[in-house]
Amino acid sequence: MMEAAVTIPPFERFYAEHRDEVYGVLVRRVGRQRAEDAFQETFLRALRAYPALRHGDHLRAWVLTIARNVVIDAARRERPAAELEEQAELPRRPAYAQLEHLTDRLPPTERAAVVLRYAYDMPYAAIGAALGSSEDAARQAASAGVRRLRGKELS
Amino acid sequence: MTVPTDLDRRFRDAAEREGLVDVAYDLADSPVGELLVAVTERGLCRIAYRPDDALDELAEDFGARVLRVPGRTDPVRRELDEYFEGRRREFDLELDLSPVASFQRLALGELARVPYGKVTTYGDLAKKVGRPHAARAIGGAMNRNPIPIVLPCHRVVGANGKLVGYAGGLERKELLLRLEGARL
Repeated sequence: MMEAAVTIPPFERFYAEHRDEVYGVLVRRVGRQRAEDAFQETFLRALRAYPALRHGDHLRAWVLTIARNVVIDAARRERPAAELEEQAELPRRPAYAQLEHLTDRLPPTERAAVVLRYAYDMPYAAIGAALGSSEDAARQAASAGVRRLRGKELS
Repeated sequence: MTVPTDLDRRFRDAAEREGLVDVAYDLADSPVGELLVAVTERGLCRIAYRPDDALDELAEDFGARVLRVPGRTDPVRRELDEYFEGRRREFDLELDLSPVASFQRLALGELARVPYGKVTTYGDLAKKVGRPHAARAIGGAMNRNPIPIVLPCHRVVGANGKLVGYAGGLERKELLLRLEGARL
């Protein structure tokens, strides 16, 4: 008999599959000590967003995007805004190269929202939780990002 | 890079504390092999002989946020340990049977009254739930019992007294009955 189509893995399986990579990325990015808080915050955000997922695709890219935004949020709390642009990159990027490239210049939150929505087809509720904001804020960030991209195209 | 054990543990505890977990589970050693023990906020919802399959079933029945949180299942594990050491004859645990259909719930309710160390038959349980011809359906209900051991489907045998069947395997059924001192 065929399995039903909806396959969001039990969280334990998702966590076990990605925790070591996420931890490694965070350690390289912010050092071992800060990585601990960031790690916990990353997977708590993922857990909050989990019920809003509608498919189990691209979960690796999703959780790496969450990790990236956790790092950005932590940096925002600690550093002046001017230094942020450089902070925004995690060493290992999700795989959707073309859209990643196009969105390179967007502010971090807009970029994450656009990539999660249009490259990975995540629902806004899950994006909002991933970015530590709301569904509405995620929708606004995505459309602001798209507007900004269109503006660039025209100019 | 491997996540340090204490960090892993801290995340699991934080997830639980913030109420973000639909099902908390742990694995426990027992004389009948490794058991998965799972709880929701309403109570014990699953004991499984095959932990891997159980994760998917739990996600389907209670929500996908299924996470191993060792501390949460301690009260259940304590009672199970006492049972396996022969120091406990009845379990005193809240159960969550919310995904169980009504006929099966009725059957499991009757099953719960079968005393320690005694056996009954499928036909007998069928009579007790008011469906004297439904022995086969009772068999199905026992086979899909989500909380074996605590809901003692090992105490149900065939009309001829033979052990007949057990979702966890006949060896386990026999071991549980012997542990209880049942006459086979």
